[in-house]
Amino acid sequence: MSYEAKRLIEIRQGVLSKNDQLAAELRSRFHAAGVFVVNLLSSPGAGKTSLLEATMRTMLAECRVAALVGDLATDNDARRLARSGGLVRQIQTGDMCHLEADIVARHLEGWDLNQIDLLFIENVGNLVCPSGYDLGEATRVVLLSTTEGEDKPLKYPSTFATADAVLLTKMDLAEAVGFDQALAEANVRAVNPLAPIIPTSARREGGLAAWMAWLRERMAARS
Amino acid sequence: MHELSIAHNIVTIASAAAAEAGADTISAVHLRIGALAGVVADALRFSFAIAAEGTPLTNAELIIEEVPVVVFCPGCNAEVTLPNPRLFRCPQCNQPCGQIVHGRELELVALETP
Repeated sequence: MSYEAKRLIEIRQGVLSKNDQLAAELRSRFHAAGVFVVNLLSSPGAGKTSLLEATMRTMLAECRVAALVGDLATDNDARRLARSGGLVRQIQTGDMCHLEADIVARHLEGWDLNQIDLLFIENVGNLVCPSGYDLGEATRVVLLSTTEGEDKPLKYPSTFATADAVLLTKMDLAEAVGFDQALAEANVRAVNPLAPIIPTSARREGGLAAWMAWLRERMAARS
Repeated sequence: MHELSIAHNIVTIASAAAAEAGADTISAVHLRIGALAGVVADALRFSFAIAAEGTPLTNAELIIEEVPVVVFCPGCNAEVTLPNPRLFRCPQCNQPCGQIVHGRELELVALETP
């Protein structure tokens, strides 16, 4: 029997400190190469890929665009996005519900970052798990689609509170599904008073100009 | 369910710290978890029990201190604690506040030996 007194071993370390450190390294690599990185988050089926396809098509006319697309399985999204003509790579996460900095770093291998101006990282569709993982991005954009209900921001404050911009997607369906835009915006505002809220429709190309204007402004402010 | 991956991180960091301190058995793990960390305490406890098996942390208790959301209120020029993490308004002046100061923490604070 041990008579050793009970001891306290101090640690004081972030549980995700390894990810944070890798993300910081990525951020300096992106900065050095002049790559503006957008981390796109939403629930599954909120329209990340459609928005990205439309965005890439337009932005490719003015800068070099690439995308890393995270999914549990299949490369359907990457194949869809490749139609835009940009550089696209699929990240299959298997059973992982979020992307981490080391997965992003591994999937950048072979790409010359100096040849990229704008990089989208389409996170795995999930409003909880990705929120704590820094990927070295310059900005974090969260999508809320008209088909998923106005109260999502209140249910998932950790994701919406940390968004730099919130895009309302599938606005072309708003009327059909009885989407209350004012209520949705009030709920976003409740947890995030600062982020701009931009209503969009990738199918009708509605609001995309406003979204891309915001994007260009952020890119210009950074360089 | 990213709690299992978080639990693995805790076990990795804690096992290294325990070995360094020469501790064979850890009885408790102290964590600080912010209201905006996106971590469900019960799911983490469940995952931790699995991740800790066969390590010095087997059967260790997770002691979780919840960190409330603290924002900076430009009106009051002060850091204020939000009574509700779903309403980013200053409890003093009712002005909307979006600058998060605390609440995203996910910190391994300390370990206890028996």
